[in-house]
Amino acid sequence: MSMQIFNEQATEEKAENARLSSFVGALALGDLVKSTLGPKGMNKILQSASTGEINVTNDGATILKSIQLDNAAAKILVNISKVQDDEVGDGTTSVTVLASELLREAEKLIGLKIHPQTIVEGYRLASGIALEALQKSAIDNGKDEKRFRIDLFNIARTTLSSKVLSQDKEYFANLAVDAVMRLKGSIDLEHIQIIKKVGGKLTDSYLDEGFILDKTIAVNSPKRLQNAKILIANTSMDTDKIKIFGARLKVDSTGKLAELERAEKEKMKAKVDAIAAHGINVFVNRQLIYNYPESLLAEKGILVIEHADFEGVERLSLVTGGEIASTFDRPELVKLGRCELIEEVMIGEDKLIKFSGVAAGEACTVVLRGSTSQMVDEAERSLHDALSVLSQTIKETRTVLGGGCSEMLMSNAVETYARTVTGKKAIAVEAFARALRQIPTILADNAGYDSGELVSKLRAAHYDGKNEAGLDMDHGSIGSMMELGVTESYKLKRQVVISATEAAEMIIRVDDILRAAPRRREAV
Amino acid sequence: MSQLAIDPNSAVYTTDEYGRPFIILREQGRKTRAHGLEAIKSHILAAKTVANIVRTSLGPRGLDKILISPDGEITVTNDGATILGQMEVEHQIAKLLVQLSKSQDDEIGDGTTGVVVLAGALLEQSEALLDRGIHPIRIADGFDRACAVAVKHLDQICETIQFSSDDTENLLKTAKTSLGSKIVSKEHTQFAQIAVDAVLQVADLERRDVPFDLIKVDGKVGGSLAETKLIRGVLLDKDMSHPQMPRSVKDARLVILTCPFEPPRPKTKHKLDITSVEEFNKLREYEKEKFADMIKRVKDTGANLVICQWGFDDEANHLLMQNELPAVRWVGGPEIELIAIATQGRIVPRFEDLTKEKLGKAGIVREISFGTTRDKMLVIEDCANTRAVTIFVRGSNKMIVDEGKRALHDAICAVRNLVVDNRVVYGGGSAEISSSIAVSNAADEIPSIEQYAMRAFASALDAIPLALAENSGLSPIETLTEVRSRQVTEKNSKLGIDCNGRGENDMKKQFVYDPLISKRQQYLLATQLVRAVLKIDDVITSGQSEE
Repeated sequence: MSMQIFNEQATEEKAENARLSSFVGALALGDLVKSTLGPKGMNKILQSASTGEINVTNDGATILKSIQLDNAAAKILVNISKVQDDEVGDGTTSVTVLASELLREAEKLIGLKIHPQTIVEGYRLASGIALEALQKSAIDNGKDEKRFRIDLFNIARTTLSSKVLSQDKEYFANLAVDAVMRLKGSIDLEHIQIIKKVGGKLTDSYLDEGFILDKTIAVNSPKRLQNAKILIANTSMDTDKIKIFGARLKVDSTGKLAELERAEKEKMKAKVDAIAAHGINVFVNRQLIYNYPESLLAEKGILVIEHADFEGVERLSLVTGGEIASTFDRPELVKLGRCELIEEVMIGEDKLIKFSGVAAGEACTVVLRGSTSQMVDEAERSLHDALSVLSQTIKETRTVLGGGCSEMLMSNAVETYARTVTGKKAIAVEAFARALRQIPTILADNAGYDSGELVSKLRAAHYDGKNEAGLDMDHGSIGSMMELGVTESYKLKRQVVISATEAAEMIIRVDDILRAAPRRREAV
Repeated sequence: MSQLAIDPNSAVYTTDEYGRPFIILREQGRKTRAHGLEAIKSHILAAKTVANIVRTSLGPRGLDKILISPDGEITVTNDGATILGQMEVEHQIAKLLVQLSKSQDDEIGDGTTGVVVLAGALLEQSEALLDRGIHPIRIADGFDRACAVAVKHLDQICETIQFSSDDTENLLKTAKTSLGSKIVSKEHTQFAQIAVDAVLQVADLERRDVPFDLIKVDGKVGGSLAETKLIRGVLLDKDMSHPQMPRSVKDARLVILTCPFEPPRPKTKHKLDITSVEEFNKLREYEKEKFADMIKRVKDTGANLVICQWGFDDEANHLLMQNELPAVRWVGGPEIELIAIATQGRIVPRFEDLTKEKLGKAGIVREISFGTTRDKMLVIEDCANTRAVTIFVRGSNKMIVDEGKRALHDAICAVRNLVVDNRVVYGGGSAEISSSIAVSNAADEIPSIEQYAMRAFASALDAIPLALAENSGLSPIETLTEVRSRQVTEKNSKLGIDCNGRGENDMKKQFVYDPLISKRQQYLLATQLVRAVLKIDDVITSGQSEE
């Protein structure tokens, strides 16, 4: 017996119904992205309903972000994959798949009348054991520069092998490692600029040794300049308003107006003189430069680049070592940027500005080419994933083996542990091991191999003490991941297990879904 | 109501174009009225519905709820106050219950589920009494007397626990009890430790006062719950205003400004007319001077970090950088206050007021970055005043971070309550069972019909251990009766429901505490509400105006 205490349009789902609806939602989402997992995973076409724009991708986070969902549990999964993207940059599919597999197992257990909290308890124990096993298997090559580079290269290759770039993964892996190494330990990916230009083929992409700014040089300025001394500025170069509040012009004759206009011009001229006093030959401004100051600067033989966006300016200051200036009265205090050569280059059909021989060089540019814009977009996402993982690996240098090897390792450790657990939670611990084993199974399934056969072989190999064994996706057999160089970041794998367990736990604990009446929107 | 009776309020007398009079009556069909027993019963039903919703989240093995807001936002929680607060109840009595849990939340901060379950149970019991023809006011009186007995009994069975800033064992256990029912129980010990440390850091044990505004709970998605940290200082979701300012400042001396880096702006409306070139030039000079002057004033105080509530334009920004004054802009009001408290600096509203004495001091201010996005935060640590703390919650998704914050708030409240009043009763339903026995004994001595109401109160108290047992997957009635009889035969009021299956019913041995004031407040609030509901005997809903 109950009574309507909510708004008429509000709904409530209780106990079994609530659980059913959240499990169904989560499982559906898991199944959706499952087929994109691994090197032989498939792509999805996402078509926007409003603009009809098409997007081809196999990046879990991108797929999930574009789906409109109404299911609460599914939304939680989308959120973890987004967080995974922000935190590590890759493994967005794995985390969703693992969480949904954990829920699939939990659903069976609830069918067996096991209390949700008992399942949660079991999962917690199991994830602790799994993480411990993962940590034990991690290898740290951070001290040895040469080996670390190989590690990075392998990680990049593994990440890229499941993306559109897999054809040229060696090439792009090298490119990504070089780009990250250029940052000299910084992990701010904003400093790696990716310029996309349609045309050419994927392997025409390159890492520029200098820095490329997607802007054009002003008309009157020289197109090529050697030994540039650059002033990077963020200042308005139009009229430079009086900032005092309430100030306005009030004149009683046109003559006076003209005088004031002249004074304004004088002011601008003084500013240009101040800028020129820095002894520069290149002036880059974040904001627009109007015709008048531009011509003044050009007269002084200064190369002018206007309207460089915020990131552009910041990156430029990082590469050339100059500071971003806004006042120009104390030239001796302003650090100028330097580079050997500035020139206008053509990529495809567009003109860009290239700064080569830069002083500091803590930022770099990757130029991506590809036959279609979808291709270039997907290439960018893939490269971004690889770069994020690499930059995170520089911070946390430990690595683990991929190809289902780590999952099998964890699964076995959990399974062995399950035997020592007493009470009902042992069943949940076993279920956790099964869910982990699903990852290599899906990997094999996606490649069209006999997953039952392969995974059982893999499991046996691990019990046999072959801790490096994983799935060799090129031959459809078991191989040593160490020899094949299939390496993944430890941080990534760890985060996958943690996030998936936390999300699964959260969903298992729910027994009631209350949906408030949707807010009425004004008719469009 | 007869057909002929005309309500003068809803009737309009008017004439048509020929001057013939007629009366327009507003439609009566939408107006509803419920009164007498019928009204009370429908209220009881509504209250029961609300109580039933939160009932399943009671106790360490209670389950969570997903709440979907009108905008599709998701909240996953098992905090009673949050559930009720966000479920957008429309029924008027249900709203009262929402208020009830909110006032428990405001006053005590914990036990918000328990109070609603108790109120629901009391109303359920009174329904049976109403059927027997007992007048609602007599029932309410009986409940009041029973409540007085129960509260007095709580005072008797409570125990004082000892703690000091060095011996936090007991505080930790209380925090653990409060956290036991939340999702953060995964990192149980760690969260309990954080809550206790935070409270002890800010608490004034002499005066038994815990200034809550010094504890800030902040969260960010990413990492896992285990990475949640207590920061002995202030955390700001901001970064330095210029990308080339230093990323960390040691031995920071902070200027805390609430005025923008702009030329002064009089409050009165004014206009400044520029009529000639000289004036224009003068104004230009003035502006420049003003900026230089502002920077100079800041620099003269010996400060090396500027915290500003407002923005400053590019020129000011660059000047600051040039003068080696790292700056943070757009810092919100509450944060500014917290920084001022933590660093013992004064908030300065005008540049003219800047003096050396007004600077805040902090050991280190540094920028930290997260993951692959550009998110940066500023940490101000080793402050002059060590009493301001920030708890920084991490978690793998947004919902878990939010729930983590709520759980910590509850735990902090539970610890605070102990600092304020260090008497505790034992949890796991033991206090309820014991009070229930006391109330039913007292009932026998009452000569009037209130006796029945008191017995009903005793049964209602049983609802809490019943729900606990049910949520833990135990057979509720069997478990309760066993514990109840053991309490009487062993004369041990600490026996409760063994929710976690540890094979131990003595709550003292399981270390399940609840602050006495929290329990007492629950009883008092629930009884008060029930009285209010029983006293309503007529509800008139006027027809909704048509839109």
